Amino acid sequence: MNAALFEYALRLGDDRLVLGHRLSEWCGHAPIVEEDIALANLALDCIGQASQLLELAGELEGAGRDADALAFLRDPTQFRNCLLVEQPNGDFAQTIARQVLFDTAGAHVLGQLAGSKHERLAAIARKAANEVRYHVRHAREWWLRLGLGTDESHARLQAALDELWPLTRELVTPDEIDTELCQVGIGADLRATGERFEREVGELIAAAKLRRPPHPAFAPSGRRGAHGEHLDHLLSEMQCVARAHPGATW
Amino acid sequence: MGARGRRSVRKKASRVSARPADTEWPLWEVFVQEKSGAPHEHAGSVHAPDGELALQNARDTYARRGPVTSLWVVEARHITATTPEDSPFLLGPGPDKLYRHPRFYKGSKE
Repeated sequence: MNAALFEYALRLGDDRLVLGHRLSEWCGHAPIVEEDIALANLALDCIGQASQLLELAGELEGAGRDADALAFLRDPTQFRNCLLVEQPNGDFAQTIARQVLFDTAGAHVLGQLAGSKHERLAAIARKAANEVRYHVRHAREWWLRLGLGTDESHARLQAALDELWPLTRELVTPDEIDTELCQVGIGADLRATGERFEREVGELIAAAKLRRPPHPAFAPSGRRGAHGEHLDHLLSEMQCVARAHPGATW
Repeated sequence: MGARGRRSVRKKASRVSARPADTEWPLWEVFVQEKSGAPHEHAGSVHAPDGELALQNARDTYARRGPVTSLWVVEARHITATTPEDSPFLLGPGPDKLYRHPRFYKGSKE
């Protein structure tokens, strides 16, 4: 059970660590200073959630690794984040599409985990769910404005949706770990999340007058440590200081 | 944000067009209430294309640290303000008009 739960906490934590790092890359580069601050706030929330989840993972593993060791001293193949969150920021539409797609599934997962039988996980999820309500609101407002804005903003959002859509399957496709933890009342029911995701994203696609891309065949990979090249670059930047100065404090 | 906001209000007051450049979103003044029943106090300003995003930007800029119970945003162009030329006669009652201050009454000690 602890081995499955360790994997599960890594998945949840790595999603948020990698997404938080991606969002932080906007710092100083966002279209306007207010949005710069908003994206940095989202990034900080994600990294705070990741820190708690990885701390929990380290305790479950019982091998003496804390959140920092898990974040900074693992190699790409040991990361368990979904492929969606490691995608580059691209343009602003791509960042917003990634956020909407991840948070729509993520908010539902956190909502379920808030009632998990695992008390620590439930407490982390309750706090995170509250933060993510704002992420959802912010990203959806932008989604609508880009979709209904100019021809160019609409085309960019559609392109982002087309590119990211296949990666959303990983958010809502349970594997044996999801199934095992769901059955014992600890993990989320990803099938229920999938149904909610279909409905809510379907409404958002319609509201922004976008075209819904087809669902391609899908095999989960990020959860098993098979990542794209993007994650290598992200981690080498994120981890370089911690690895160059092991154990450093400041 | 903040300083720009104040400048823009003054500009408007002196009847100079405060229309932002075409590439710039309208300016919104932000009012923050720190506890229920307290007044909403001016905290600064943000740029935003509309009210909802102005609220969100205000939240991110002015309501992330201390406790906040309520936020107002109002587009700066809706604020009518005094000009420096107004102040001598509009804002002039001042300390020399003692009779305006109700300090000659003897109130109850209770």
